[in-house]
Amino acid sequence: MIEINNLHKSYKMGSNSLHVLKGLNFSIKEGELVAIMGSSGSGKSTLLNILGMLDEADSGEYTLDGVPIKNLNETKAAKYRNKFLGFIFQSFNLINYKSAMENVALPLYYQKVPRKQREEKAIKYLSQVGLKEWAHHLPNELSGGQKQRVAIARAMAAEPKVLLADEPTGALDSKTSYEVMDLIQNINDQGNTILVVTHEEDIAHMCKRIVHLKDGVIVEDKTVDQVRASQYV
Amino acid sequence: MFNKDRWKEILEVLTSNWFRTVLTAFGVFWGIFILIVLLSAGKGLENGIMKDFGDIATNTMFMWSRATTKAHKGLPKGRSFLFKTEDVSSIKEQVPNLRFISPRNQLGGFGDANNVVRGLRTGAFNVYGDYPEIIKQDPMSITQGRFLNYSDIEEKRKIAVIGDGVKTGLYDKDEDVLGTYIKIQGVNFMVVGVYKKKSNGGDGEEGQKQIFVPFTSFSQAFNRGNDVGWMAITAKDGTSITSIKNQIMDVVKENHKVHPEDQRAVGHFDLYEQFNRVQSLFGALRFVAYFVGILVLLSGVIGVSNIMLIVVKERTKEIGIRRALGEDPWSIKIQILMESIFLTIISGMAGISFGALVIYLINALLDMNGPVDMFANPSVSLGVVIAALLILIVSGLLAGFIPAQSAIKVKPIEALRTE
Repeated sequence: MIEINNLHKSYKMGSNSLHVLKGLNFSIKEGELVAIMGSSGSGKSTLLNILGMLDEADSGEYTLDGVPIKNLNETKAAKYRNKFLGFIFQSFNLINYKSAMENVALPLYYQKVPRKQREEKAIKYLSQVGLKEWAHHLPNELSGGQKQRVAIARAMAAEPKVLLADEPTGALDSKTSYEVMDLIQNINDQGNTILVVTHEEDIAHMCKRIVHLKDGVIVEDKTVDQVRASQYV
Repeated sequence: MFNKDRWKEILEVLTSNWFRTVLTAFGVFWGIFILIVLLSAGKGLENGIMKDFGDIATNTMFMWSRATTKAHKGLPKGRSFLFKTEDVSSIKEQVPNLRFISPRNQLGGFGDANNVVRGLRTGAFNVYGDYPEIIKQDPMSITQGRFLNYSDIEEKRKIAVIGDGVKTGLYDKDEDVLGTYIKIQGVNFMVVGVYKKKSNGGDGEEGQKQIFVPFTSFSQAFNRGNDVGWMAITAKDGTSITSIKNQIMDVVKENHKVHPEDQRAVGHFDLYEQFNRVQSLFGALRFVAYFVGILVLLSGVIGVSNIMLIVVKERTKEIGIRRALGEDPWSIKIQILMESIFLTIISGMAGISFGALVIYLINALLDMNGPVDMFANPSVSLGVVIAALLILIVSGLLAGFIPAQSAIKVKPIEALRTE
């Protein structure tokens, strides 16, 4: 599903440049649930941004579902993001003045799906994350865990190839964290490919594979026995 | 463009901070209001002054003879001459595109002694010997009886058409004037008509104190032979009198053996040129109105642009989210542009409406208090309103352009980092 080859990225900080990613190679197959771990500054967010086409690598190859991702203009990148990827952020990033349902329907709106279908689909995904009765509430009327579940429903709405989660539990207490991870595991069980960036050991172990980043290189790539989050809920 | 979701969003954004939106809108509102009011005030002045011009045929020149200043064909300079009735026919023959040529003679004038007597009453009035066409060049309305006609000219009838002011001076209030006689420099003329002139300018009163008699009777009664004091010449529509006046003057110069280069032998007053000068004054006024109005509007537009920039800044994160979710940058740009155009047009419409209301009130006030000198019926034409709307759309686009550009310049990743 995801194929990266010798990926390099450096940032310019004034006169000196910071080499963040130093030639990464790995691939993710369909249906995998991968955790990317590393301390801050290890380059995990940069990697995620490149995978999410929010940022561009300096060199190296990146293929997503057989499509080489290279030299995209903004319009094309937006189209690919919409079609291939679903984002889950640490700070939820819901749009404040739109209701939960409208937030979930947003990616479909960009696909020019008609309003009625959009709303039906949004309700369907909201009920999947157990928030059907909250559909018409604004984000600030929801708790942190609920917001993240709305965000997950939104990421799912466009039926993307890959879900990218950037510290999805970073702003949540452990109980809600497990609830969210349980949801992510369920989505993965349905066959979706998910990539989770985290620095929490227990969250990482709820994935099926852990990729350890340190100073821009992969130091460890191992499959683990998945810990089901449902047992803590 | 006509997308329900987009409009919903525009309204959501603009109503999320009412006070700011209204303040911003006020700049544009005020600009377009000033533009409309200035233009209509200019129009009011124009209407007022045009009213003073009255219905006078503006494509007209007056021409009279003076002393020559150049010797020519053995004749000395400083020679006086008079136009003759033959000049009229030769001008008619030689100059095309003329509508009326009226030779005129005149008695009396400003500061002259009393020259008209009726019974015990006397008065000093201007007496003109005229052809019937003069009523088309210097319009007047006949309130009683009739004006001169060609039978009067041919039969040299001693009849007179008097002005309203003459009637007041020589008659009692309810006296019947038609058929009575007045004595002009000792010669009796029968009054057959009374006229009133519309012009309400500076010499409005003077205009009512004139007496018109047939040209031929005038010449006979006052021993003018075939002399012509001066001429009023009107060109046909489509030909300006200014363009053919030299041709006309050349004809009379030729007839009277005046040196063709002698500029001062024939005096003239070109009404058309004067009229055009006034017209160009209005053009200048209109320019000033547009200039000031558009500058005020511009400051309003800059205000809108400023606020849109702030809105974009505030929504940086939201824009980042939308782009991460896959919104086309163009769609974001159009959204910002439409917000800006919508805001400008709405506030501009309010300004136009308010301006129209003020104009309506001024008109109502003018109607109530009677006419004012040099100001009448201020108004703006539909064309101006449409122009104002176009200006608004363009300025809305301009106001939104920079903010929209800055909105799509934001990299989604940077936008998402903004907390």
